Amino acid sequence: MTSSNRMIGVDVGGTFTDIFVLDEATGTAQVAKVPTSRPDQSGGFLSGISARVDDLSTVSVVVHGTTAGTNALLERKGAKIGVITTMGLRDVLEMRRRDRPRTWGLRGNFAPVVDRALRLEVPERTLADGTIRTPVDLDAVRAAAQTLIERDCLAVAILFANSYANAENERLAVEAVREIWPNAHVSASSEILPEIREFERFSTTALNAYLQPEVSGYLARLETALKEGGFAGEFMIVQSNGGVMDVDTAAKLPVRTALSGPAAGVIAAGYIAQAAGYPDVITGDMGGTSFDVSLIAKGQSMLSPQTSIDFGMVVRSPMIEITTIGAGGGSIAWVDKGGLLNIGPESAGSTPGPVAYGQGNTRPTVTDANVVLGRIDPDNPIGGKLDRLDVDAAKAAILEHVGKPLNLDALQAAEAILRVANSRMAGALRLVSIERGFDPKRFAFMPFGGGGALHSGAMMDEVGLARSIVPRYPGVTSAMGCVIADMRQDFVQTINAALTGIDLTALTKFMQTHVDSGLATLDAARTHFDGRDTEFTLDMAYLGQTHTVSVPLPVTVTDGKVTPPTEDDITTAFDSAYRATYGRLLENGTRRVINLRTAITGRRPRFDLATLAPQGGSVEAAFKGTREVHFAGAWHETKLYHRLELPVGAEIPGPAILEQPDTTVLIEPGLVGKVDAYGNTLIERATT
Amino acid sequence: MTDTIDPITLAVLAGRMEQIADEMDATLFRAAFNPIIAEAHDASHGLYHAVSGDTLVQGKSGLPIFVGVMSFAVKAVIDKAAENGDLEDGDIYIFNDAHLGGTHLSDMRLVRPYFHDGKLFCYLASVGHWHDVGGAVPGNYNPAATDAFQEAFVLPPVRLAKAGAIQTDIIDILMRNTRLPQSAQGDLNGQLGALDLGVKRLDELLAEYGADTVRAALDALGNRAEVLMRSELTDLPDGRWEAEDFLDNDGITDEPLKIKVALEIKGDTMTLDFAGTADRCAGPVNIALPTAVATAYVAIKHIFPSLPANAGVMRPIDVKIPEGSLLSAPFPAPVGGYTETILRMIDVIFAAASQAAPDRVVANAYGTINALSISGKRANGQPWVMFSFYGGGHGGSIETDGLNHGNAPISTATIPPMEILEAAYPVMFKQWALRPDSAGAGMHRGGMGATYEIEVLEEAATAFLFGERGRFAPKGAAGGGDAAMNVFAYEQDDGWQNPPMASKMVGIKLKRGQSVRLDTPGGGGYGAAADRAASDVARDVAGGLLTPDYATLTYGDAWKEVKQ
Repeated sequence: MTSSNRMIGVDVGGTFTDIFVLDEATGTAQVAKVPTSRPDQSGGFLSGISARVDDLSTVSVVVHGTTAGTNALLERKGAKIGVITTMGLRDVLEMRRRDRPRTWGLRGNFAPVVDRALRLEVPERTLADGTIRTPVDLDAVRAAAQTLIERDCLAVAILFANSYANAENERLAVEAVREIWPNAHVSASSEILPEIREFERFSTTALNAYLQPEVSGYLARLETALKEGGFAGEFMIVQSNGGVMDVDTAAKLPVRTALSGPAAGVIAAGYIAQAAGYPDVITGDMGGTSFDVSLIAKGQSMLSPQTSIDFGMVVRSPMIEITTIGAGGGSIAWVDKGGLLNIGPESAGSTPGPVAYGQGNTRPTVTDANVVLGRIDPDNPIGGKLDRLDVDAAKAAILEHVGKPLNLDALQAAEAILRVANSRMAGALRLVSIERGFDPKRFAFMPFGGGGALHSGAMMDEVGLARSIVPRYPGVTSAMGCVIADMRQDFVQTINAALTGIDLTALTKFMQTHVDSGLATLDAARTHFDGRDTEFTLDMAYLGQTHTVSVPLPVTVTDGKVTPPTEDDITTAFDSAYRATYGRLLENGTRRVINLRTAITGRRPRFDLATLAPQGGSVEAAFKGTREVHFAGAWHETKLYHRLELPVGAEIPGPAILEQPDTTVLIEPGLVGKVDAYGNTLIERATT
Repeated sequence: MTDTIDPITLAVLAGRMEQIADEMDATLFRAAFNPIIAEAHDASHGLYHAVSGDTLVQGKSGLPIFVGVMSFAVKAVIDKAAENGDLEDGDIYIFNDAHLGGTHLSDMRLVRPYFHDGKLFCYLASVGHWHDVGGAVPGNYNPAATDAFQEAFVLPPVRLAKAGAIQTDIIDILMRNTRLPQSAQGDLNGQLGALDLGVKRLDELLAEYGADTVRAALDALGNRAEVLMRSELTDLPDGRWEAEDFLDNDGITDEPLKIKVALEIKGDTMTLDFAGTADRCAGPVNIALPTAVATAYVAIKHIFPSLPANAGVMRPIDVKIPEGSLLSAPFPAPVGGYTETILRMIDVIFAAASQAAPDRVVANAYGTINALSISGKRANGQPWVMFSFYGGGHGGSIETDGLNHGNAPISTATIPPMEILEAAYPVMFKQWALRPDSAGAGMHRGGMGATYEIEVLEEAATAFLFGERGRFAPKGAAGGGDAAMNVFAYEQDDGWQNPPMASKMVGIKLKRGQSVRLDTPGGGGYGAAADRAASDVARDVAGGLLTPDYATLTYGDAWKEVKQ
């Protein structure tokens, strides 16, 4: 087959670029992992693809999860940009919401991505009800734009008060700027996020402008290179909401890629878990410096309305909710002056990395504990950068920094490090479920990333979970998620009106505008969709309450036309959502509609996960030998298997270790690992 | 029962118990109706010692001031229960009396004994800032109060539940004494839910590890906190350092009120002696003794941020509060403005400590909560009240300039967005900006204060302000300069006016189109101004945060040579 029927997911992470290639015709998948290239990530991206695909003309879709935007924000490497704003408000970006970096200590400060000298004020003012009190002074706008041009700005954000209620002044200002400054990177806050809350709107718009020149350039380089290689399909980018967008949208709205890669991982996890028959899972991605946890209930991941990329750098757009704690493989174990063993927050990261890497770090990490206890094969380190791991150095460091202060030998100290790290990780699992009102015990644990599967038994034990599900390719989950993710666009419009007497015509018009725009984007996409979904939700509250409840609206869209909702429909929907959240309604409360949110999804074809399952194979053939591994105070002879060669239905009793190129799966004594019909390994308690 | 505990179990249990408190926080934040709890996290939960009431573990998300003050609330219940003589499993005490439990009357405290195998093991407590608890003004911030009764309804420790049965009579009394019963009911349910969760989690923990092991862990953690504190103190030089500062006035009589501390370090111990502080006053800037002791704890934890939230930290520290001073005012002295007084206590502790260890301590933050209320009636007769706190600059440190426009050291609350305020109330902010020249000069300057100018859009309105730092500036450290003072002004027919008492005023009448303006203090500077890089000065001048004249006056001419 040489027709274009291959889909490629590419996730560029901090250390590795992961590739997932799905051949729809043969139903086969291939994976690859290459080092991420710096500073230009396009090198690793292209070499990763060419490691698996010779002829790009056979590829129909390339979907990319990227950290280019996040890195540019964290490292402050965006473009020099300017701001034109309402008289009296030039400091909103710098004043934030009057928060501080850390609760205790009163240290640290903050500089926004735009210098104060490049934040220029113009006479204009719109009031909260949309009335224009002062028409925008366009001469002042043109003068400000001229100043920003002269100061070599590459992009400009127009940030006016209350523009969510009436965008007229911002619209006129954008026109005036474009007249004298032909630049693709001129954006108004009402275009990016027509939602009340000036700091969040301004911050999102300014960060978007800050990223535009850089990210659009990066994406254009990739697209050009793909085309030069013969690629004629569709190039798409994963958004933080777990959906994909076309590359042109991504170049305009790079701020929506802030959590692109991690979001794709959670999407894949949800899909795998649901296919495997366990729609309630908590995912745990263990990296070098952190453990990222995300909750999926009934196959649905949770979305949070905004995130802070760093202190004061708020991006408000729907994001897959991911909770991070500082307990990764590189987190350093240390004993404080009060004699308590701590893990992190300091981390050796991947460079210099754990002591066992022999790259200069001498303080023990979580990975070092796994190495000393025999759980990681010292002769075949993951990732292929190193030839072997230095077990003795890891042991010496653990003894020195943890064993001696606590009067433990090196093995006891290594076990102590894991127990404390596991306890913290389990705490994150419990907290994400409690915060959303779920009992953690009903969830399965799904580790992904390279290190998580070493800790799945401990998570089951600590949280009381029935099972863990280790995906067949846990190290490339995000790349796989790129291939699975739907095309999704989120829209928001602040309404801010009492429900009684609400202008339903105006509300319906906003809904219709969102639908028209969303469907037009789907129509323009060259991908095939299995179906299209439209979801409307209203952020609502009682008068006087600032916390809103998300109210799903049961509104139908027929042939692209929105059926207008009635007040009664909205009342019923609000009461039901409010009761579910707070238990009871407020007598005599005035119901208010704050925001309209619309999500338009084009469902992309699902591939059958069973295509990933092993074909044939046998337990005997997969067996590769034994190693002494330390559990619960003693060494156990532990069987080792090539994980990918185990057949469907294989049951491996613990203690055992299943190895694959980028992941080590640990099955502790008392547990059993079962290969399911999709090639996942289900870890459960052994029945005796 | 002082089993020694192995270090691994100790480390695991330390995290597990901290998480119980964190989960209690999360339970209330999720359930609370009232945004002061749900959004500003003005609440706290923890585990407390069965006999002393000392803090054993406290959640990480609550407000800093509660970390010190909660043990007093628990102790008050321990005393009351001893008096009643009938403490049993399933009892829950409730009260808001600030003279017993610290802070102010808006904070409703629930304390529940936790029994294991029929024996008292520890206490669980929950505190949350309710929206309204009666009194003369909605929201309970009454700058003209001369006793507690004008501030709020006062509830002493009473049994909300007896042996697991809720006493609905108590709930009826509470709900009849608030202007917002639905909000109060929601908060109360959330706090009860948090306590239930705490009990459930402790049951699980004790079943898993056994009561003796957990008790041993709690003892060990207290000892560890003490050891950590002693080790920090040992690292500091021995000596005695004094600092004093002033409150503008008490809002009733226009006289400054001195707050003074002598900080003495001897080996691994510290004494904080507030002798020389002004006597009890008529207005609401008094504080109760528990609040004063808790404030010392907040200041210490800011200086040593890695210390745990555990009472063991305070064992090597002797806090001496003189009787009769405004730091130990007896019931029914008004305490509604306690925030201003404790911010000044923190300032003097910082000022004294920075003489002992200049590298460990930051310069003073802006030092006032600036409670500003503007209210009136809309054309349709509907009343409105806009009440908020406003931010200012943080102090410079040895590492960096101070944070521009931060929140108060005793709080972590954020400010509502301007657009939310404008949508909810008939006002327009003409300025929401940093205030040039407001930061203390220094090698690392203070953070900038802010300027808020607010115009009234309806026919008539009344305003009141409860602030401080109108007459005494936030101080620099290690040779750094003082910040600008708080300036409040309001517009009348004959032009702009300032309040006679500088930072406090009630009953300001405003017409449509008239404005009020709040220029908040910056933070104090750190290190000598002469040591500031000329390029940093030039950057601030270019951005307009420093006016050229002020820059030259403060830092000299070198900045003019810097090429932008």
